[in-house]
Amino acid sequence: MAYGPEKGIGRWLFSTNHKDIGTMYLWFSFAMFLLGGFFAMVIRAELFEPGMQIVNPEFFNQMTTMHGLVMVFGAIMPSFVGLANWLIPMQIGAPDMALPRLNNLSFWILPFGFTLLASTLFMEGGAPNFGWTFYAPLSTTYAPSTVNFFIFGVHIIGASSIMGSINIIATVLNLRAPGMTLMKMPLFVWTWLITAFLLVAVMPVLAGTVTMMLMDINFGTSFFDAAGGGDPVLFQHVFWFFGHPEVYIIILPAFGVVSAVIPTFSRKPLFGYSSMVYATSAIAFLSFIVWAHHMFTVGMPLAGELYFMYATMLIAVPTGVKVFNWITTMFRGSLTFETPMLYAIAFIILFTIGGFTGLMMAMAPVDIQYHDTYFIVSHFHYVMVAGAVFAMTSGIYYWLPKWTGKMYNEAMGKAQFWVSFIGFNIAFFPQHFLGLAGMPRRYADYSLQFAEWNMVSSIGAFMYGAAQLFFLYNVISTIIAGKPAPQEKTWEGAEGLEWTLSSPPPYHSFTTPPQVK
Amino acid sequence: MLSRLNRLVAYALTPLFLLFFAGLSYAKEPTGSRPEGWNLLNLPVGVSSLSRNSYELHMILMWVCVAIGVVVFGIMFYSMIAHRKSLGREPATFHESTKVEMLWTIIPVLILVALAWPATTYLVERYDTDEADMDIKITGYQWKWQYEYLGEDVQFMSELSTPESAIYGDSPKSEFYLSEVSEPLVLPVGKKIRFLVTAKDVIHSWWVIDLGVKKDAIPGFVNETWVRIDEPGVYRGFCTELCGKGHAFMPIVVNAVPEDEYNGWLADKKVAVAAERELAKKTFTLDELMTKGEEAYNRSCAACHMGNGEGITGAFPALKGSAVALGAVETHMDVVINGVAGTGMQAFGGQLSEVDLAAIITYERNAWGNDMKDIVQPVDVLKFKQGQ
Ligand code: HEM
Ligand SMILES: [Cu+2]
Repeated sequence: MAYGPEKGIGRWLFSTNHKDIGTMYLWFSFAMFLLGGFFAMVIRAELFEPGMQIVNPEFFNQMTTMHGLVMVFGAIMPSFVGLANWLIPMQIGAPDMALPRLNNLSFWILPFGFTLLASTLFMEGGAPNFGWTFYAPLSTTYAPSTVNFFIFGVHIIGASSIMGSINIIATVLNLRAPGMTLMKMPLFVWTWLITAFLLVAVMPVLAGTVTMMLMDINFGTSFFDAAGGGDPVLFQHVFWFFGHPEVYIIILPAFGVVSAVIPTFSRKPLFGYSSMVYATSAIAFLSFIVWAHHMFTVGMPLAGELYFMYATMLIAVPTGVKVFNWITTMFRGSLTFETPMLYAIAFIILFTIGGFTGLMMAMAPVDIQYHDTYFIVSHFHYVMVAGAVFAMTSGIYYWLPKWTGKMYNEAMGKAQFWVSFIGFNIAFFPQHFLGLAGMPRRYADYSLQFAEWNMVSSIGAFMYGAAQLFFLYNVISTIIAGKPAPQEKTWEGAEGLEWTLSSPPPYHSFTTPPQVK
Repeated sequence: MLSRLNRLVAYALTPLFLLFFAGLSYAKEPTGSRPEGWNLLNLPVGVSSLSRNSYELHMILMWVCVAIGVVVFGIMFYSMIAHRKSLGREPATFHESTKVEMLWTIIPVLILVALAWPATTYLVERYDTDEADMDIKITGYQWKWQYEYLGEDVQFMSELSTPESAIYGDSPKSEFYLSEVSEPLVLPVGKKIRFLVTAKDVIHSWWVIDLGVKKDAIPGFVNETWVRIDEPGVYRGFCTELCGKGHAFMPIVVNAVPEDEYNGWLADKKVAVAAERELAKKTFTLDELMTKGEEAYNRSCAACHMGNGEGITGAFPALKGSAVALGAVETHMDVVINGVAGTGMQAFGGQLSEVDLAAIITYERNAWGNDMKDIVQPVDVLKFKQGQ
C-alpha cells in the first residue's frame, strides 16, 4: 500500500488518518462557530436598542437556543476533539489513534446530527426555542413539534462524543512511546484523558435525559410532568448532572493548550507539573458533585443548598492552583509575545475574571440575585469564549506552522488578537452591569434603563464577530501563501515530541516509536 | 512597531481592569431613583434585610476578588514587563516547590471558610419562612402573574400594560416600558409576608431585585419564600426563567404602602370583587358581550391565537372557522374553562371572571366571520362550572 493519503474525496470520506480526521473536525467546528456566531449577531442586533425591530420574540428564543446548542456542541467540543486528533498521537509518539475506524465514524455522524438540528429552522413550528438548557415542561409539553429532531440530534452528537472519548482513552493508555510514563505526558494529553473520562461518564446521562423527554412527549410517560406524578425539577437535576461536568469538558483541554503555550514563550518549564495533574483530577472529581449550584432558586431544602454552596466554593481552590502555576511559569522567564502567547495571556486574565464571578455565584444567598441575569451570561462567556475559544485560537496559531509547514503572518496575527480581545471585553464586560442592575437573560426586549450598556455590548459583539472572519482569513492565507515555517525550531522554547517531527509532519506521525528519556 | 503597540496596550490594561472593578463598586442610593444609563453598574441595596444581606455579601466578594486580582494580575504584569526577552532576560529554571503549592492551596481555603460564614448565616435567614403575618400566593402563567391574598378572598391577574404598538415602534415608549402592569401587587410595609409561589403551565421565576426575592414558580409544586419591606415605594421586577415567547413581557410591579393605606386598599378591593360577582348574574346583549369580549380576548387570548383569530401555523390553532368555535357551546366552554391538557391551552376558568369568560366565548363565536349568532351569558358559564 502506498504511503500517503488517498486521492480525491475518498481521502476524506473513508479517512482513518488522525490528521485528516483532525482537520475535518477543525473545519467542521469552525463552520459551526460561524453559524452560531451568525445567530449571536442576530441576537445582538435585536438587542441593540429597546423594542422589537428585526425578529419577533418567538424567533428570538430560537436564536438564543440554537446559538447555545451550536456553540457548545458544534463549535467548542468538536474543535477540541480535532485538536486532540492532531496532537495526541504526535505528542505521545504514536503513528495514529488506537481506533482509526471508530475515529472516522465519530466524525462522520456529526454532520448528520447537526443537519437534523439545524433543519428545524426551516420547518413548521420552528427550531428549538426552550434554551440550550431545555428545561421541562417548556421543552416537553409546551415544545414545538420539531422537538423530536432536536432529541435525535442530541443523541447522535452524544454518540459521537462517546466514541471520540473511548478512542482517546484507548490511544493514551496503549500507544505511548517507550519511556513516556503517565507523569511524563504533556498536560494537553493529561487534560484530554481526564476530559474523555468525564465525557464517557456524563454523555449517557444527557442521552437519558433527552430520552425521558422523548417518552414524555410521544409515549405518555410523565417523568417531568407533575400532573402525572413526575417532577419538573428532576429534569434540572439530571440535566445539570450532565451540564456541570460539561463545562469542565469544555475548559480542561483549554487548560492543556495554555499549559503548552505559556512555557514555550516564557522559555521556562511549566511550574508545578504534578500539581497541575492533581488539580485537573480534583476539578474533574468536584465537577460531579456541584451540579445543583445552577438551581439555587428552585426551592431545594436548606441542607441541600448549603451543601451545594460549599462544594462549589471548593472548586475555586484547584482552579486557583492552575492560575498560580501559569503565572509562576511566566515569573522570571524570558518572555516574548507572539500571537499564541497573547491569546494565552488573555486567557489567563479573562478566565480568572470568569472564575471570580463563578466564586461570587457560588454563594447561594447572593446568587439568588445573580441567577438567570446577564451576570451569568457574562460569567460563562468569560470562561467559555475568553476561556475555551481563546485557548483554542492560541493553539491554532501555535501549531499551525507545525501542521502546515507554513508560518502565519505575525503582524496580522497580533492585529487579529487585539480586535478580538477588545471586542470581547466591550461585548461582555458591560453585561456584568446589566445583570447586577436587574436585566434577566434570554430577554427579547428590555426596559429603557438597560439601553446604553446593551448598545455598547452589541457594538463589542459585532467587533468580536468581525475578528473571527479576520481569523479565518489569517488561517487560509497561511495555508495558501504562508512563508515556509522553520524546520528546526518553529518556536524557540517549544518542547515535546511533536516538535521533533518535520513540518508538516509525515502522514503516519511516528512509524517507529521514539525513545522518551 | 507592533511589539511597541503590545507594550503600550499592556501598560494601559492594568489600570483598565482595576478601573472596571472599581466601577463595579459604584452604588447608588438604595431606593426610589433607580440608576439608569451609564450609571447603572451595581446591585441595588434594596429595601429588605434579604436584599441588604445579598448586597453586603456581594460587595465583600467583589472586594475579595479585587484584592486577589491585584496580587495575581500584579505579579503577572510585572513578569510581562520586567521579564521579557527583549530586555535580555535569561530564563530561570525552577519548576516546582511543594511549599509554595501548599501555601496557595491553604490560603484560598482559609479565605473560602471566612466567606462561608456570612453566606451561611444569610442563607439560613432566607429559609426562615415561619411566623409570617400574611400569605400571598403567586401563580405564574404564560405570560402573566396571578396574586391571591390568602384568607382575604381577593385575587387578580397582573399583566403587562405596555401596548404592543410601543414594542413594535409604532408608538412612543413610556418611562416604564416593559416594567408596567395592569394591576400591581399591593403590599404593606413592615409586615412579614410569606409568598407561596407556583405556576400553572411552564416554569417561571418571580424576581424583584429591590426585595431580594427570587423564587422559581414550578407547576405542581409550591415554593415558599418571604420578605419584610422596609420602605414604601414602587418596586419593579421581572420573570427570570425562560417561559416561552412572552418571557420578557410579564413584569412584576410591587406597590409597598403603609399598613393603614394597605387596609384601605384591601377593603375597596373586596367591594369591587363583590360587585363583579353581582355583575355575573346580569343578562347581557350580544353587542355588550362583543365589546367586552374583544377587549378581554385581546388581553388574554391574542398572544397565541392572534388578534385576527388566525393563530400561528404549527404552534397555535386558528379560531377563525375552527371546529370548536363553530361547534357545540359546551365543548367550547370546556376548552376555554378547563384548557386542553398537554398543550399550551390553559384552563382559564380560574383566571378570568364569569363575565369575561362569557364575553370571550361569545366573541370567539361571532368575530372574524364566525357567525354562530349564539350568546353565552355569565350565568351559563357559572352553571357549566358548577355542573362539573
Ligand atoms: C471557579 C470556577 C467556577 C465556578 C465557581 C462557577 C460557578 C458557577 C455557578 C454557581 C453558576 C450558576 C449561576 C446561576 O445560574 O445562578 C455557573 C453558571 C455557568 N458556568 Fe460556571 N463556574 C466556574 C467556572 C466555569 C467554567 C470553567 C465554565 C465553562 C468553561 C463555566 C460555565 C458556566 C456556564 C455555561 C454557566 C451557565 C449555564 C446556564 O445556565 O446556561 N463555569 N457557574
Ligand atoms: Cu456549574
